[in-house]
Amino acid sequence: MGLDTALHEIRRLDDLAALDTPLHRLDARAKVLVTLFFLVSMLSLGRYEVSRLLPFAAFPLILAVQGGVPLSLLLRRAALALPFVVFVGIFNPLIDRTVHLTLGPLSITGGMLSFLSIVLRSLLAVSTGLVLVAVTGFDQICRALGRLGMPTALLVQLQFLYRYLFVLADEALRMLHARTQRCAPDRHPCLREYRSLLGNLLLRTLDRAGRIHQAMLCRGFDGQMPELRPTTRFGPAEWRFCALWGLFLVAVRILNLPQQLGDLPLYLGGKAGGLFP
Amino acid sequence: MSHHIVELKGLSFHYPDGTPALDNINLTIHHGESVGLVGANGAGKSTLLQHLCGVHVPQTGRVRVGDVPVVPGTLREVRRTVGLVFQDPDDQLFMPTVAEDVAFGPLNIGLPPEEAALRVDEALAQVDALHLKHRPPHRLSGGEKRAVAIATVLACSPDILVMDEPSANLDPRSRRLLINLLRGFEHTKILATHDLDMVLDLCERTVVLHKGRVMADGPTAQIFADYALLSACALEPPLCMQGCAVCNAAR
Repeated sequence: MGLDTALHEIRRLDDLAALDTPLHRLDARAKVLVTLFFLVSMLSLGRYEVSRLLPFAAFPLILAVQGGVPLSLLLRRAALALPFVVFVGIFNPLIDRTVHLTLGPLSITGGMLSFLSIVLRSLLAVSTGLVLVAVTGFDQICRALGRLGMPTALLVQLQFLYRYLFVLADEALRMLHARTQRCAPDRHPCLREYRSLLGNLLLRTLDRAGRIHQAMLCRGFDGQMPELRPTTRFGPAEWRFCALWGLFLVAVRILNLPQQLGDLPLYLGGKAGGLFP
Repeated sequence: MSHHIVELKGLSFHYPDGTPALDNINLTIHHGESVGLVGANGAGKSTLLQHLCGVHVPQTGRVRVGDVPVVPGTLREVRRTVGLVFQDPDDQLFMPTVAEDVAFGPLNIGLPPEEAALRVDEALAQVDALHLKHRPPHRLSGGEKRAVAIATVLACSPDILVMDEPSANLDPRSRRLLINLLRGFEHTKILATHDLDMVLDLCERTVVLHKGRVMADGPTAQIFADYALLSACALEPPLCMQGCAVCNAAR
């Protein structure tokens, strides 16, 4: 995927964040807190768990539907993280060869299970992160983190990162175009060229950082980022959102829902005296 | 005693690498004046502007804004008096939304949030950009960014507006809107620009810089009529004073 496509997709997330649904109107803190709780409860499951991860998918999916986020966009973006994740877990099946399950000729080893578990977890985590950005907006998330106690220095870094991502990427694109204009179309840039392109980009970034700092000083910056009064508050809707999703997450974390669903026919069979003999 | 006088006396400046940028500049600008600062690339326009709001502190000579000399201890006060609009609006619009960006200055002065919010609406209304209030700056067009950048400065209620290339990168219509907007301001204005037609429209006085020195300082019409001077300073008369391109070509 090219740099311009990546930028376009980030802008799409921005557009989605500007929608006006009940989910969008919720105070960002509620969404951030529930998402954090989601991550903790999902990631704290045992390393061989696969089936128990499945019910967790309800959270990003339902939020996406409520917030009008197209699932195709979500899957496409989440798939981008796959190569990294696969690289992280690829050696598990080779290292951990304890057999956990035998399905006919196929024996499922611990390594396979943990690899699958890693892939599932990362897909869930990435897609939940994406949904959170799409239904909240990056700046609202930053502000929520600030109101939840994140240090200002870190917060400002995050805000600036997002704000200047576009400016920096535009500059990088212009430089790449300028390079392409002056060399054979099929020749890929060599390391030496990349070195000078990156060096140049770094110098431009430093220059810009200096100018931004001057602009901030000119308007009275003294090390503290001022904040306008927040427009949302933590009201009944937010409490309801937290309580409902909190209950759901506790349930799927403590209970083994897939197994109990699987046991249900047996249970019913036992009670009804051989409904499913 | 006038508060809004800008006074530069014997100002010289070298960049850290030794490149001379300003050489013995003497200039006084009075309250309510609108001054065009023109010169070729590298003439020292931007460096001079940066001295007015304390981005650079004078190495030789002195700069006074109102009754306050520009020295490290007075920068806060100087920056409240002088509002600098940067050449690239992307440098000036650094907050996540337009409203927050415009509120940045007022909040830093210490205004309560309610008051700052009022200032935001006022400043945005002045530049006709109230509808952009909740947009992120990186999604605005060039003209919109420029308007908002001006609003960010207006919201601090400066007495002196200093602008670096305000009409650069604007399409003709946005440029005309900007000129009309600036004409409506009663601030003391200092515009550094290559757009001599805009200077002719807005500034009764023009200062010509060349290689860091003041080559001429006087009524705009008189200076722009001195073709020899303009040519010596690597400038050309404004397009509207060059006559008809078609008729001149036919002659």
